[in-house]
Amino acid sequence: MAHRIASSVAIAAVAFCAVRAEAADDSVVLGAAVSLTGKYAVNGKNTKDGYDLAVERINEMGGVQIARKTYKLSIVYYDDESTPARGAQLAERLISQDGVKFMLGAYGSGLTKAMAPITEKYKVPHVEANAAARELFTQGYRYLFAVLSTSDYYLRDALGIAVEIAKSHGRDPATFRIAMAFENDPFSLDIRAGVLEDAGRYGMRVVVDDKLPPEINDMSATLTKVKALRPDVLLVSGHEKGATLVVRQTAEMKVDVPLVATTQCDSAQIAENMPQKAEGVLCAAQWDRHLSYRDKWFGTAEEYAQRFERKFKYPTPYQAAESTAAVLVYADAFERAGSLDPEKVRDAIAATDLNTIFGPIKFDATGKNVAKQMVMYQVQKGAYRVVAPARWAESPIEWPRKPQW
Amino acid sequence: MSRIACGAAWGGASLAAAVAPLLLPTWQTQLAFLWVMIVFALTWDVLGGQAGYNSFGNVVFFGVGMYACAVVQRDSGLGYFQGLFAGTACGAALAVVAAAILGAGLLGLRGHYFAIGTLGVGIAAGELAAGWDFIGAGGGMVPPPFPGGLGGRERFFCYLCLSIAALTVALLRWLYAGRFGLALNAIRDDEDKAEAMGLYTTRYKITAWCVAAFLLGLTGGVFGNLAGFIDPREVAFAGSTFGVWMVLMAILGGKGTLLGPIIGAVIFHVTKELFWTYLLGWQRVALGLLVVLIVVFFPTGILGWARARWPERFA
Amino acid sequence: MENLRLLLDEPLLSLQLLLDGVLIGFVFALPALGMALVWGVMGLINVVQGELVMLGGYVAFFLFRAGVHPLFGVPAAALCLFVLGWALYRAVVFRIVERDLFISILATFGLSILLQQLANLLFGANLRTVESGFGTLSLCGGAISVYTVKLISCALALATAGALMLFLKSSRRGQAIRASAQNARAARVIGVDIDRVYAWTFALNAAVCGAAGALVAMIWVVHPYLGLPYTIRSFMIVIAAGLGNMAGVLIAALGVGVAENFAGFVLGAEYQSAFVFALLVAFLVARSRWLARHRRYLA
Repeated sequence: MAHRIASSVAIAAVAFCAVRAEAADDSVVLGAAVSLTGKYAVNGKNTKDGYDLAVERINEMGGVQIARKTYKLSIVYYDDESTPARGAQLAERLISQDGVKFMLGAYGSGLTKAMAPITEKYKVPHVEANAAARELFTQGYRYLFAVLSTSDYYLRDALGIAVEIAKSHGRDPATFRIAMAFENDPFSLDIRAGVLEDAGRYGMRVVVDDKLPPEINDMSATLTKVKALRPDVLLVSGHEKGATLVVRQTAEMKVDVPLVATTQCDSAQIAENMPQKAEGVLCAAQWDRHLSYRDKWFGTAEEYAQRFERKFKYPTPYQAAESTAAVLVYADAFERAGSLDPEKVRDAIAATDLNTIFGPIKFDATGKNVAKQMVMYQVQKGAYRVVAPARWAESPIEWPRKPQW
Repeated sequence: MSRIACGAAWGGASLAAAVAPLLLPTWQTQLAFLWVMIVFALTWDVLGGQAGYNSFGNVVFFGVGMYACAVVQRDSGLGYFQGLFAGTACGAALAVVAAAILGAGLLGLRGHYFAIGTLGVGIAAGELAAGWDFIGAGGGMVPPPFPGGLGGRERFFCYLCLSIAALTVALLRWLYAGRFGLALNAIRDDEDKAEAMGLYTTRYKITAWCVAAFLLGLTGGVFGNLAGFIDPREVAFAGSTFGVWMVLMAILGGKGTLLGPIIGAVIFHVTKELFWTYLLGWQRVALGLLVVLIVVFFPTGILGWARARWPERFA
Repeated sequence: MENLRLLLDEPLLSLQLLLDGVLIGFVFALPALGMALVWGVMGLINVVQGELVMLGGYVAFFLFRAGVHPLFGVPAAALCLFVLGWALYRAVVFRIVERDLFISILATFGLSILLQQLANLLFGANLRTVESGFGTLSLCGGAISVYTVKLISCALALATAGALMLFLKSSRRGQAIRASAQNARAARVIGVDIDRVYAWTFALNAAVCGAAGALVAMIWVVHPYLGLPYTIRSFMIVIAAGLGNMAGVLIAALGVGVAENFAGFVLGAEYQSAFVFALLVAFLVARSRWLARHRRYLA
């Protein structure tokens, strides 16, 4: 009817008006989906800030040199609303409508799982910094590259530490009992898969294995179980909420586990907000500003962090650093490829061997970054101190945890 | 409107819909979503507008269809298209079974208790799916990738969704024209009187829900493949998004009619997508505002408003 | 299953879960009372409950940041939210009051999205915590721990509920509200200004939710998306208790809190919510069958 036709005309009109970032002669457009609303909004902002800072710095330093011509970088953003249901639309929009030839990843494995097949189909290089699900790298994608360590590695080092502690105290690691609580989402469940694998390898028994629903603000039922069973290790992962809750509620409920490890502590700011309660908690992170990484754009990791804080006025989380690294990978790849042809750029990315403030980056055949390790730090006297890997450790690990309550 | 004019209008619209993906190739996925929204609105209206039972849980059937299809595709070892076909058929069948079971339990509730009961079922389904490892629990499921060249995927899904939407319109048109439609309306207008007159209201209600479930199950299976990643709470049993939008679109257009939900779906979807493109970060605020405005100022929907404004046209 | 056996082996655990459940239940009771009030008096199902709680939490958080102890945040949040509730009524809610119940669900749903997203934009999505500085009580030789803040919240919740009920019973305004709930037309006839009554009711509801929000801030965390569980739990509690039954709402709230806690323990946290909703649905169906037992129709 008239309404239908009118709507079709309206859509067509919008199509004409919606001509987005047509790359100007001397600028390269990268496309990115970030979570500006929804449950990942905090990290979505961290991601965007990381991307923005990288672009700003690269352009400040003159941009990228491709075949003796200088190009500035720019990014066109869309809000994925923290839901994978937007994935297909986003990819289509960025690639088909906006003509983007180079993608920066979204925050979160769910969305990336939805978009990776599409960037693969359209042969669009997709460098992501915030989705660490293992399955992304078992599908044979050629165009997907991840600068971060995959999620299953996040808490393996915590178990590694447990094993070392066991041995140094004359106990058999297999006698250690593990309690774990993971948020019921793709990222956290991948971490859990990694933990289960390693626990199996060391022969440790898992006595509590809870999946926390994302909207739950309270893990007291789980912690009651933990208190009753007295395990040796408590592992929790649930984005910022998981970190905040475990620190707070173990203190409130006086649940005393000698080794507590969690993720996303720095973006939850547990040491800043709850220094006594967080004492002794181990944190897995992709990055730490005190590590002696450096690169040609920002100097040392510490200098990067300070620049970030001057611009955005909050402590630099690792999500920002890894996002910055993704952009740096592109800048480096463009220059080495000497061209903006996606195939050549893709090959250049695959051959990356770059030092960044986020760490060394070198991709294996599946697109994972195999040059960088996860870092574990521990909250000691209100500050984060790197305790593993041994090469970077600032101070020895405190075990058992001496809680301040 | 005369029958010829009406027929011509439907024919014209169908032609436009069929040709649109070719004219607007970069919008094919958006169009596919539009067809899905139309199915959402129409299927909600079967029980909501026609029979007067406002359900917030129709999304359960959508999710059941989606997961059933994905499981069939994963485990049956069939080729892509056969798997998809078998999966959607399986999904639709399971959805109908679910409707029959849920209907038997819930359709005895009246009015807002039914609404809340179905809301509870919708949320519980999402939570249960998120806890069940067989279907990936919180990690979700990834359907197999589409075989075929550039652009083929978008076009395939666009036409597939269009076919389902067309099937929905045709099926509902046929149902409403007959005794079935009259029976549903009778239930809406006064259920006790209808029962007193001898109408087996429970049967009609359950059948209506099963019809809606069938169509939603089909759509679910296809949508899972379109979206590329099935998350139990965000994509499959998306109660607070799809589940509520189903209701809103039908009300916006005018519930209780065939055309109303379609109009509502088109306007809602286009507006939502415009917000998403042009109001980055604020799109959800705008959406909330839109919902309030729709419900407060257009409770009878656009058709209802048009009918009040131009009563001669709707004789 | 091992979890059940754990409960049987250590009875103190059950006590801990019971205690926790009761304390949580008290915090749920406040928004539930508000919802019962609004539903009973105005015939409105208010989906914005959760967001009102969330905003109350933010009030307490900002006051805390400004150096005010969170306990004072409770009355402060109640006051701020009272004003907001009044404003919301005057702006939007008065239009949906005497309409279909279903319309009220949708309209308030729209409002809730609006408030949620505005909070996300204005306050950021970060989790906020409020330190109340209270410790934890240890009972039975450390086997049972009670977070003192939870006890205090429980007391405050009871006090708020009591104040609400007292207000409704004794004050003129409260009586006007109850009169309108019984029969709006008759109330109009005897000179009650229904519009003002509705405004007061909605604002009171908002105040009660605000107080709950301040308690939530002290016990747990505040973020823009914390609202939905409170809305849903309020629904369930009100439906289980039946309208017009304030004491029933309180008891039902405790019941829900305890049921949830035990379910979370025995079935695992991932099934905690599903269990509660399933309970709601089962309850609704059972209730409808019980009511229908005298109705014999065809087939």
